[in-house]
Amino acid sequence: MKEEGSVFEKIKEKFPEGFISRHSFRGDDTIIIHREYLYRIAEYLKESEEFRFNILMDLTAVDYLGRGYRFEVVYHLYSMDFNRRVRLKVPLLEREAVVDSLVPLWSCANWYEREVWDMFGIRFNGHPHLKRILLYEEFEGHPLRKDYPIDKRQPLIGPGSKEDRNRK
Amino acid sequence: MIRDSPSLVQGARKIETENDEKTMETTTKELKTKHMFLNMGPAHPAMHGIIKIVLELDGETVINADIDIGYLHRCFEKHCENGNYMQAIPYTDRLNYVSPLINNVGYVMAVEKLFGIEVPKRCQYIRVIMSEISRITDHLTCIGATAMELGAMTVFLYMMKAREYLYDLIEDVSGARITTSYTRIGGVKTDLPDDFKEKCREALKELRSVLEEVHRLLTKNRIFVDRMRGVGKISQEFAQSYGITGPFLRSTGIGYDVRKANPYLIYDSVEFKIPTGIEGDNLDRYLVRMEEMEQSSRIIEQALRDIPEGSVRVDLLDRIIESSEMIDLAKMGKTKELILTHSKVAPTLEGSEVQSHFRINVDKRTIVIPSKQDTYSNIEGLMNHFMLIMYKDGIRAPEGEVYFPVEGANGELGFYIVSNGTDRPHRVRVRPPCFPIMAAFHEIIQGDMVADIIPTFGSVNMIGGELDR
Repeated sequence: MKEEGSVFEKIKEKFPEGFISRHSFRGDDTIIIHREYLYRIAEYLKESEEFRFNILMDLTAVDYLGRGYRFEVVYHLYSMDFNRRVRLKVPLLEREAVVDSLVPLWSCANWYEREVWDMFGIRFNGHPHLKRILLYEEFEGHPLRKDYPIDKRQPLIGPGSKEDRNRK
Repeated sequence: MIRDSPSLVQGARKIETENDEKTMETTTKELKTKHMFLNMGPAHPAMHGIIKIVLELDGETVINADIDIGYLHRCFEKHCENGNYMQAIPYTDRLNYVSPLINNVGYVMAVEKLFGIEVPKRCQYIRVIMSEISRITDHLTCIGATAMELGAMTVFLYMMKAREYLYDLIEDVSGARITTSYTRIGGVKTDLPDDFKEKCREALKELRSVLEEVHRLLTKNRIFVDRMRGVGKISQEFAQSYGITGPFLRSTGIGYDVRKANPYLIYDSVEFKIPTGIEGDNLDRYLVRMEEMEQSSRIIEQALRDIPEGSVRVDLLDRIIESSEMIDLAKMGKTKELILTHSKVAPTLEGSEVQSHFRINVDKRTIVIPSKQDTYSNIEGLMNHFMLIMYKDGIRAPEGEVYFPVEGANGELGFYIVSNGTDRPHRVRVRPPCFPIMAAFHEIIQGDMVADIIPTFGSVNMIGGELDR
């Protein structure tokens, strides 16, 4: 078992430009990194003998509306060999809501990233098949954004909709 | 093997070129065949929830598949953000609706981690007992439904019979069979009923006899084994790259279980084994689930044996004060002392003979909602209740973010909660255990026959509620 804090030190040492900050709230180790370094850091954490974070447990995003960096993409990694968890966070600007896809490293990132695209409208560079997953293609907007009102109605699609009638 | 889930059109094109090359080389006469596209679902009797699998078939062999989910999406995460912390508990029932208590426990434990509180021992035991009962009902449903789809209707009926005994227990404790909403932040809704231990032991006895019957009916049944063995096989690397957990991962031989890896509640003080398979096929998953039910029964028995008793009618200072005394103090404005005091209910009020549950819940009135008897029978309880429930009041978590995993029936069920210090969570994210499995499903069924999809899909135990949220 590694001693506390070594992930932070290693990342800071290996990727000094990519590292922004760290914290451990209630024992959850969190590293905040620059988006340009995400793929390299994730690859390092996965491949290095020291950490072997071989499982991507969860991938999601959070919308902090009103903050400079509006979005944060959150990765939860788990190392089965060392039984250790770490959380990576990547802050994103609203106008550049794009981050590298981790599908080459972990296959499960495929669906998780599709879900984040669906719910938050964050794009993933290099994703093989980025399309909506829980909602339908004609859906307007991204519902988990904070500026999406909870009672918003969606236009009717399919037979009987306005488009359909115009076509006839 | 095509790893990156290309669109079906691309997949079809690739196969066409391969076929062309083959005919060029061998120059034997080959029948020109066309791949067929078949929609399995959304409304198909074997698609447990609502899900659509678009299959590309060569004869009866699955060449490629595209999984379409989202039919049961009901904005769980958005709704959680728009209510306070307690209002999310009923929504969690609807995530995995065959084992709702595990979701209840997982959610409230994530919130408790955010607050940094730990529930009393008796409550921990109660939560473990209820979680394990839920795990058994989940496995019973999964195996029963799989067996039914393979033609073993008897097994299904037996399993539902066993499940009914356990649902009766859950109903006794929480008041509902499925929509339990049993846990509260910092505790549980009510203590166990008086005759729970005997009833639970009785139910486990019935369960074991059913499991024995099912073993006799299925485990060496030629038809069943032939359909399950070697079908839906996955390797360890495959499972890890897809982040698959739970019985699905354990069938490959990796003994990862959150209850052992990151023990929560009292799991480190009970003895149980993590069954693992060898092959990673459907048969192994069936056997793992069967053994897990036995292990869960063992956990319940140990917990019933060790659960601490104790009067639940005393307050935190081991002091009982009369309601009249409390009212007198309140009239004099000495409410400060009353904040953490539980009063005895006036005997004229209805419900005064019912036991309250101070000892099982955390002693923090700013977090834990008072018991119903308290709310309905004295003013302090009612005020406390209002302060926690009314709009813009309510419990306030410290700013921060936590991820808390529990072992759900299908794998790791994690809740990621972000708090911004207000009465509402900023973000609630649930990591549904069958989501990664369904993400991998198109690769698992590649190369199998159409009929093999049914047992493989059954062994995933896909639950629409948690997959689509």
